[in-house]
Amino acid sequence: MAELRLESVVKRFGAVTAVNRVDLAVPEGSFVCLLGPSGCGKTTLLRMIAGLEAPSDGRLKLDGEDITDLPAHKRGFGMVFQSLALFPHLSVAENIAYALSVRGTERAAQRARVAELLELIQLPDIAERQVSQLSGGQRQRVAIARALAVDPRLFLLDEPLSALDAKLREALQVELRLLQRRLGITTILVTHDQREAMTMADTIVVMDRGRVQQVGGPMEIYRNPANAFVADFIGTSNLLQGRARGGGRIELPGGELSVSGGPESGAVIASIRPEDLRLGAAGTEGANRLPGEVVFVRDVGQTVETHVDCAGQRLVAVDIPEGDPLFASGDRVTVELPAEAIVVFAP
Amino acid sequence: MSSLASGARPKTLGDHAPVLYPALMLLVFFVVPFGIMVTVSFFQRVPGGFYDPSFTFDNYARFLSAFFGNVLGFSLGLSALAAAICVGLGFPFTYLLTRLERRRQIVWLVFLLSVLSLSEVIVGFAWSTLLSRSAGLSNLLVAVGLLEQPESWSPGFAALLIGMCYLAFPYTVLLLYPTLVRLDRELVEAAMTMGASPLRAFFTVVVGASRNAILSGLILAFVFTLGIYLLPQLLGRPQHWTISVMITDQAVLQSNLPFGAAMAIFLMLVSLALVGLTLLLGRRKAAA
Repeated sequence: MAELRLESVVKRFGAVTAVNRVDLAVPEGSFVCLLGPSGCGKTTLLRMIAGLEAPSDGRLKLDGEDITDLPAHKRGFGMVFQSLALFPHLSVAENIAYALSVRGTERAAQRARVAELLELIQLPDIAERQVSQLSGGQRQRVAIARALAVDPRLFLLDEPLSALDAKLREALQVELRLLQRRLGITTILVTHDQREAMTMADTIVVMDRGRVQQVGGPMEIYRNPANAFVADFIGTSNLLQGRARGGGRIELPGGELSVSGGPESGAVIASIRPEDLRLGAAGTEGANRLPGEVVFVRDVGQTVETHVDCAGQRLVAVDIPEGDPLFASGDRVTVELPAEAIVVFAP
Repeated sequence: MSSLASGARPKTLGDHAPVLYPALMLLVFFVVPFGIMVTVSFFQRVPGGFYDPSFTFDNYARFLSAFFGNVLGFSLGLSALAAAICVGLGFPFTYLLTRLERRRQIVWLVFLLSVLSLSEVIVGFAWSTLLSRSAGLSNLLVAVGLLEQPESWSPGFAALLIGMCYLAFPYTVLLLYPTLVRLDRELVEAAMTMGASPLRAFFTVVVGASRNAILSGLILAFVFTLGIYLLPQLLGRPQHWTISVMITDQAVLQSNLPFGAAMAIFLMLVSLALVGLTLLLGRRKAAA
C-alpha cells in the first residue's frame, strides 16, 4: 500500500500525444477511477503506472521514491487486464500462485495463500479447474485474486468488468469496492462507464484527449462539473447556450435565468441535470421559469423522461411518477430551472 | 436436400453425402496405394525380374539385422535432432517475427515461402558448395583471420544436419506462426506485472501456452526430415545414409520393391509409435 504521485507525465506515440502533462496524487488506501471516452489516454496512463509503457516525459513517484525507470516486473504491483490475461495452460491454482512461484515461495505457503485468496473471492472449490472451464464471472474473480496474490503496493485494473453482462457487472462493482475497502489497498481503475466510476471511486479523474478535465469525488463531479465535457460525460445534462448578462443573470432564447456563479459576460453554457427540472402547467408565474412544448414522453415505468422544446433548445426532465405521466406530446408547459441546480461555464 | 438435425443419425444416402467426397479422396490417394504397398511387402522378389505374389515374412526378417537396425537408429536420431534444432531456433524466431509490424511480417513469410519452392536437389548442391573448401564459407573465415586455411565441411554429419534443418525450418515456422500471432500480448505483460523478468515470462507463459504448437512442430519436422532421401547422398558420407536412402536404393536401383515396401512400413510404424509417445507425454504434462 502506498501513495502514488504523477508529475506532469506525458506519453507521445509519434505525432500523437496520448497523455498530455498529467499531474495526479493517489492517496494511500484510496480508490481512484480514471474515467473517459475511448482514446482519452486513460489506459495509456495506467500502463505507464504499471511500467508497461515508458513515459515520454514527467516522473512517477511511489512514497517519494522515483519509479519512472523501474521495470514492470520490479514494481510489485497487481494488475487486472481487460482481456484478464489468465494463463490458458495453467490451472486456477497455478494462475493465482504464479507471482508466488516467480518469487520462489515454498509450495506449502503457495497452497495456503491460494486457498486464502479463493476464499476471498468466494470460490473455494475451483483450484484444480482449467481456465477454459470457468464462467465469465469466475474468470473475473480469479484474475482479481491472481493480481492480489503478493499483497501488491498498488492494485491496477484496466476495464476489468467490460466483458460481463450488465447485471453481473453491477454486482461485481459492489463486490470489488467492498473487497478494496476491506484490504485497504490503493487502487486505480480505468473505465469508460461513469456509473461504474461513481459506484466504486473515492476520487474520479475525468480525462479527455489526453488531459485531465476534472478531479474530484463522485458527487462533486456530478454536482459541479468543471466544464461542458464533464457535465455531458458524467450522467446526462441539459446544456443550454446563452449569454451572461452580469449580476448573476444569463439570457437564453426562451427567457432570462438567475444563476449562482459563472462568467460575468460573453457566451456561456448553462448545465442542469434532468432530475432538477420541474414541470408545471402552462402559464405558471415565477422566477427561473421558461415556457415550452412537450415533444416526446418516454415512460419506462421506473422513471418518466419528458422532452421539452424551449425556444429551439431541447430540455429533458426526469421524474419518478406516482401515477400516469402528467403530460403528453403537444402539451404546453412551464419548465422551472432552480438557480442552485444550474452550473454555468464558458463554452 | 435432406435436412439433418444435429445429433440425429444419418439415414438416407443424401445424409451421408458430405462425407463421400473426403472418403473417396482418402480411398484413392491413401488407402489403395498403402494397401498395395502392404501387399507388395509380403511378395517374393524374383532376381533379375520384378516380384511374384506370395505371402512371406522374409522381407521383414531381413530388415531385423544389426546393419539395418543401426541405419534405422541413426535415421531416427538424426531426424529427432533436426526437429529439436528447427523448433529450438524456429520458436524464438517466430515469436520475434509476430512482434514485428504487420508489413515486415509479410515480407519474412513470403521469403520463407519462397525458400519452400527450392527443390531438395538445389538446396543440397547449394549447401555442398557453400561448405566446400574451394568456394565455401570457410574462405570468408580465412579472410577475416579466424582460420589458417580453407577447410572442407562437406560431406559430413554437420553438413547433412544443416541441410535438413534448412529444408524443415520454413515448415516449422509456418506451423508455429498462427499460434504465436494469436497469442494475447497481455499474457506476457500480466506475467511481468507479477514479477517475471521478460525472459522468464517468455519461458513460463509464451512457451507454456504454445505447448501444443511446439509438439506439432516437433512432429512435423521429425516426420518431414525422416522422408528426405537425396540430402544424405549429397551432403553425407555413406555411414550417414538414412533409411529413406536405403528404401530408395532397394526400390529403384536394386528393383527389390518388396524389401523397399517392408522397410517403408517398418519406418512408418516406428515413427507412428514415436509420434504417439510424444503426444502421450504432452498430454500427461498438460494434465499434471
